[in-house]
Amino acid sequence: MSAIRSSTHWGSVFLFLGPALGAIGVFFFIPVIAAFFMSFTDFDIYSLGNWDFARFVGFANYQKLMENPVFWQALKNTFYFVLVGGPLSIAVSLMAAMMLNSPLTKLRSMFRVVYFLPVVTTLVAVAVIWRYIYHPKFGLLNYGLSFLDISPVDWLGDPFWAMPSLIIMAVWKNFGYNMIIFIAGLQNIPKDLYESAMLEGANPWQQFRYITLPMLAPTTVFITLMTIIGYFQFFAEPYVMTQGGPLNETLSIVLYMYQEGFRWWNMGFSAAIAFVLFIIIFIATAIQLRLQKEGSH
Amino acid sequence: MKKTLHHIGLSIVAMICLIPFLWMLSASFMTAGETGQFPPRFWPEHFTIEHYRTLFDRLNLARYFLNSVLISGAATLISLLVNSMAGYAFAKLKFRGKEGLFKVLMAALVIPGQVTMLPVFLMLKEMGLINTYWAILIPGMASIFGIFLIRQYALSIPDSLIEAARMDGATDFQVYWKVILPLCKPILITLAIFTFMGTWNDFLWPLIVLNDQEMYTLPIALANLMGEHVQDTELMMAGSVMTVLPIIILFIVLQKYYIQGIMMGGVKE
Repeated sequence: MSAIRSSTHWGSVFLFLGPALGAIGVFFFIPVIAAFFMSFTDFDIYSLGNWDFARFVGFANYQKLMENPVFWQALKNTFYFVLVGGPLSIAVSLMAAMMLNSPLTKLRSMFRVVYFLPVVTTLVAVAVIWRYIYHPKFGLLNYGLSFLDISPVDWLGDPFWAMPSLIIMAVWKNFGYNMIIFIAGLQNIPKDLYESAMLEGANPWQQFRYITLPMLAPTTVFITLMTIIGYFQFFAEPYVMTQGGPLNETLSIVLYMYQEGFRWWNMGFSAAIAFVLFIIIFIATAIQLRLQKEGSH
Repeated sequence: MKKTLHHIGLSIVAMICLIPFLWMLSASFMTAGETGQFPPRFWPEHFTIEHYRTLFDRLNLARYFLNSVLISGAATLISLLVNSMAGYAFAKLKFRGKEGLFKVLMAALVIPGQVTMLPVFLMLKEMGLINTYWAILIPGMASIFGIFLIRQYALSIPDSLIEAARMDGATDFQVYWKVILPLCKPILITLAIFTFMGTWNDFLWPLIVLNDQEMYTLPIALANLMGEHVQDTELMMAGSVMTVLPIIILFIVLQKYYIQGIMMGGVKE
């Protein structure tokens, strides 16, 4: 031990950490602070040419945001996506993990690769395919439903169905990722717990309820946290599938931020939107961690 | 009986995952307009590669492909070097404030990246780097997740190996280069796949910093194509095939390392 301590000096600490911490400092921490200040200015397309045009405006951007119905719509849509899509995708991941992990399963690694395929593929390409699956006239989904005598639905064009359609596509694309983490969690549950439960006559549902779920709790907390953080940043799906329409029904916070900041160059206003998102994610994380602490007591 | 039902269930889920891709592949070989039929066709009536021709001859696909390969490849090399050095320092070097520094980095994971985008864009614009590969490579040099992965793995390397190298007079850098890096090979492969795929598939940031057609990566070019050729479904499908095929092949070849990485990231300390 002492050999390592005595020969490590600040020179090598700087050598090894310098590039990474420098990059993270310049391109992450400083911009976070800069964005915070920017959200209190009217930085816009004129300031882009000359920063001197930006003026301090106090809380005006945040006030404008609170009075803006489009922002509330985007907020509502984002929560819809997080609160419906998040739990749905976690449930699907858990079911798929349990199916794959079952001792009955043959060809396990083949199924695992197939289930994981949507995760690694490019979202824009997936969107091209799904736009066609959802096509009101020629799409595979309406074709399949026609056998059940269900009349065609304009999935992406109907204000009611647009968000559920994006959620289903997102679940299809993402469930494989959390499935892998759940499999790791399932494999850590000691087998003899199930054996003794079976000796006492517990049925599969009871085994799931009283062994699998409690033993998986730490994994589930981690997955829920990461999924919620990720789902709040909902952007590419509505950008390529619906451009936020119809009637702003799929406009998300990040899409709204992108449009205001990089399409209309209202960068001060856009920074305020980004900070509201940050605060929401921060609160959601704090609540999660709090629940986890209380759960473990 | 139970076993058969179980496998039927598994197969149905597998079909749901696969059919969109198989249909994409099939439709990319259909003649123009063939997808606009009811009931939908699952197999091309007349097999054609005209859409692939159009993509390469008229729509500059080779250039976008090259952009994607160069950007993803360079990002991967840079990320491997920078993150492995930092991961090693956090795992094996002893210095004051190490634990605190690491905690700050972990806490920063809750800050959504979108917050930084406006100022980083302005910085890159001031430096004249918008519409260059650097606009993607430089801000993405280091990743907190990457540092975390390497650190977790390097922690398991016994100190005795490092001490032995020191006895032979190795410097910190030689220890890193000759002892740590070779032992970290599996996790380096994992980080390489994560970075390559992440950069290849990234959409929002390239959309912001690459506005010049010549600089487009495949996802941006495909999204742009979607706007201009929205009626040409078969052409879009061919473009999608070209975008996802490299990544699917890479995943199938290296899936062991990829899955291992997700499991490591998912295991709490």
